[in-house]
Amino acid sequence: MSALLTLEGLSVRLPAGADRSHALSDVTLSLQPNEILCVVGESGSGKSMTANAVMRLLPTGVTIDGGKVMFGERDLASLDEATMRTVRGAGIAMIFQEPMTALNPLRTIGDQIGEMFRIHTALSDGEITARVRDLLAEVRIPDPKLTMRAYPHELSGGQRQRAMIAMALALDPKVLIADEPTTALDVTTQAQILALIRDLQVRKGTGVLFITHDFGVVAEIANRVAVMQHGKVVELGPTMDVLSHPQHPYTRQLIAAVPRLTAPPPRPVSSETILSIEGVNKTYRTGGFLGRGARVTHAVKDVSLQLPKGGTLGIVGESGSGKSTLARCIVRLIEPETGAIRLGSTNLLSLTREELRRERACVQMVFQDPFGSLNPRRKAGDLVAQGPMIHGLSRTEANKRAKELFALVGLDPASTDRFPHEFSGGQRQRIGLARALALQPEILVADEPVSALDVSVQAQVLRLLADLRLRLGLSLVFITHDLRIAAQICDVVAVMKDGVVVESGPTAQVFGDPQHPYTMALLASIPGRSFALAELNTGLEVGTR
Amino acid sequence: MSLLRAYCRSPSAVVGLVLLLIVVAMAASAGWLFPRDPLALAGRPLVWPGDNPRFSFGTDNSGRDIAAQIFHGARISLLIGVVATSIAIVIGVVIGAISGYYGGWVDTVLMRVTEAFQTLPNFLLLLVLVAVFGSNLMTVTIAIGVVSWPAPARLTRAEFLSFRNREFVQACRTLGMKDRQIIFREILPNALPPVIVYASVVMAVAILLESALAFLRLSDPNVASWGNLIGLGRDVLRIQWYVSAIPGLAILLTVLAVSLVGQGLNDALNPRLKGR
Repeated sequence: MSALLTLEGLSVRLPAGADRSHALSDVTLSLQPNEILCVVGESGSGKSMTANAVMRLLPTGVTIDGGKVMFGERDLASLDEATMRTVRGAGIAMIFQEPMTALNPLRTIGDQIGEMFRIHTALSDGEITARVRDLLAEVRIPDPKLTMRAYPHELSGGQRQRAMIAMALALDPKVLIADEPTTALDVTTQAQILALIRDLQVRKGTGVLFITHDFGVVAEIANRVAVMQHGKVVELGPTMDVLSHPQHPYTRQLIAAVPRLTAPPPRPVSSETILSIEGVNKTYRTGGFLGRGARVTHAVKDVSLQLPKGGTLGIVGESGSGKSTLARCIVRLIEPETGAIRLGSTNLLSLTREELRRERACVQMVFQDPFGSLNPRRKAGDLVAQGPMIHGLSRTEANKRAKELFALVGLDPASTDRFPHEFSGGQRQRIGLARALALQPEILVADEPVSALDVSVQAQVLRLLADLRLRLGLSLVFITHDLRIAAQICDVVAVMKDGVVVESGPTAQVFGDPQHPYTMALLASIPGRSFALAELNTGLEVGTR
Repeated sequence: MSLLRAYCRSPSAVVGLVLLLIVVAMAASAGWLFPRDPLALAGRPLVWPGDNPRFSFGTDNSGRDIAAQIFHGARISLLIGVVATSIAIVIGVVIGAISGYYGGWVDTVLMRVTEAFQTLPNFLLLLVLVAVFGSNLMTVTIAIGVVSWPAPARLTRAEFLSFRNREFVQACRTLGMKDRQIIFREILPNALPPVIVYASVVMAVAILLESALAFLRLSDPNVASWGNLIGLGRDVLRIQWYVSAIPGLAILLTVLAVSLVGQGLNDALNPRLKGR
C-alpha cells in the first residue's frame, strides 16, 4: 500500500538568533492510509513544527530549506500558495489544541463549518445546511440543530473540539493533522474525544498525524509512534514495540518519567492533624441588576478535610471543580463565606488583616504558571529575599538566605541576580518553590505546580518536592488534575466535583477501590491506563519511601 | 541600548526626536542669544521679517522682537508641558492604581468622579479654574495638570485590572506584603510603559491648552509665551499675519515632535511589534 503522506529528509530553518539553526533536520516519516501516527516529544522538540511544515503554515522567517513533503504525486514543499490553498482543508485538514482560539467568536458554529463547503464546493445553501447538520451528528454533538446556531463561547470545551473535528472532516480529507487536540481538555472529555477520533478514523479510513506530548495518549490511540528530540526523529516504530522495548535512551528516559497510576505502598503518616478545613463554603454571584437574573455558583460547598502532620493531601478534580478556589481559601487569597480553617488552635479565617499578614509565613503557596507567578521586573534573588525582608530580616541576611535556598532547590546560587526570563520553566518553578520556602512554612499549598512542565522536568520537580517534604518536615496540600501524579505523591486524596468533595481517603484505597461513580469515571478516563509502564519505572518513581 | 535601537528603527520617531531636541536647544540658548528681556521694546512696531536684519522674524504690534519671544517662549511651553504632564500623570496613576487594585466600591466611587471630570469639556473647566484662581504662570500650569488626569487614570486602572489577579501578585499577598508596596513597587513598574507613552499625548495637549488660554488673553501676560504672541497677532491678523503664524508654526512643530516621540516610544516598548 502506498503512503498517503511522506516526509523525505525534511529540514526547516529557524531565523538567525534562535537557539538552534534548524527546527527540523532531516525528518523522514510516512503516513499510511487508515493509520494513526503519533509524533511525540517535549516542548521544543519540533513536533508542532512538523505539522505546520506539512500545512506550510510556518511563522515568518521560518523556511523549509531541504527535503520533500509528498502528498500523493505532489511535493507540498514546492507548491505555489494558490495551489496549496486547495490542498488545505480539502486534502489535509487540521485540528488545533485550543478550539476557543481556533474558532471565530463572532460567527455561529454552523456558519463556520459551512464555510468549508462555500470555499471548496459549489453546493447550494440548503445542501450546505443539511451537510453541516449531518457532520455535527457524526461527531456526536447532542443537538446539532441548536448547535449550528450557537456561538463558540456557548459550547463547552469538548463540544467546541467536536465542532472543530466536524469542520476538519467536512470535505473528507485523506489526512487529518491533530496538534495536541486534547491537551486543553479535562480527562473525561479527553477520553471521549480520543474515542471519537479513533472511531471516525476507522470509519473513514483517514490517515491521522497526531501530535502529542502525552505517552498515555500515545498508548491509547496510536498505531505507530515517532519520538522526536531537538528536531530529529530518534525512534520510529509500532506503538507496542516502542512503549515496551524502547531502543533510544531518550525514549527510555521519557517513558520512565511518566508516573505510574498505582500508588506506592503507603508511608507511615502521623495521626496528628496540622491543618483542618471545616465546612468551608464559597459562592460566586454573577450578573443580575438589583437582584434580578443573578446566578449563584457554589465554587466550594461545605468542604471538610484534614491534613495530617508531615503528610500530603491531594485534591484532584477537573476544571471548574473548585480545587483551586479551595487552595486559595486556605491561604486566604479568597475569603470563604463560612467555615473554619484551623492551623493548630488558630482559625485562619477569623484573623484580622494585620494578624493575618504576620501569620502568613506558616502557610505558603506554590503557583501553577512558571511564567506568570514571578514578577518579570525583579531579579530572581530579590523575589526569594522579599518574603524574609517583609517579616523583618535585613537585606544582607535575606540575600544570604536566598542563596542558601537556591542551593536547596537545586539552582546555582550565583544566578540570584538574573531575571526570571533567563530561566527555563522548570527552573522558574524552583524559584517559586524557593520563594515559598523562604518563610520557613509548616504547610505548603501547591496549586498544579508541575502541570505546565514537560514530563521529564515534571518528574524532577516532583522528586524535589518529595525530598524537601521529608527533609524539612513539610505538610503539603497538592492540587492537581493529573491522577498519575496524585497517585505518586499524595498520602491522602480528596476527589472534588462541582465544589463538593465526593470521595476522600488514603490514596491506595481511593485509587484501588473507588466507591463513588465519579471517581470510577475519572480513573477509567486516564489515557493508556491499561498499558503497563511498571517494569521501566524502577528507580525513577517519585520517591516516597 | 536595545530600546534605543528599536526606537531608531522608525524614521518618523527619529524626526520627532530631532525636532524636540531643536526646541530644547532653543529653550536652552534663549538667554544667550537674546539676553535682553524679550518683552522689552526693541524697535519700530510691525517690521516684516527680513526687512531689518536685526529682527529676523520681524517685530510685533508694540515693537518687540518676535524671534526673542519665540526662543524664550520655548522655555515656557516646555515648562508648562513637562510640569502639567507630571501633575496629570501623578494624579492619574494614583487614582487609577487604587481604583484598579481594590475594585469594588472604591473603584465605583473613584470612577464616577473621573467620569464627572471627563464629561466636562476640559477647556471649560480650565477657564473656570483660571477665572477663580487668577492667571499667573503657576496657577495656569497647575490648572492644566488638574484638568488632564482622567485619561491617564483610566489607562492605569485598565492595566491594574489585568495585573491584580496575576499569580505573581497573589504570591506577594501570600508573602504578607502590604498593599501599598504591592501597588507601587510590584505592579506599577509593569503597568507603566503604556502610561509613559500616553504622557506624550498629555504633554502635547497641555501645550495646546496654554496657547488656547493665551489666545483668549487669559494666560499670564507677564511671560513671553507663544500663545500670548498669537493672541497679540489676532489684532493684525489680516495684514501682518506673520505675527500669529510664526508662533503658530512653532506650536505645530513642537506638538508634532512630542506626538512622534510618543508614537516611537510606543512602538519601541511594545514587544508585539518586534521584527516588523
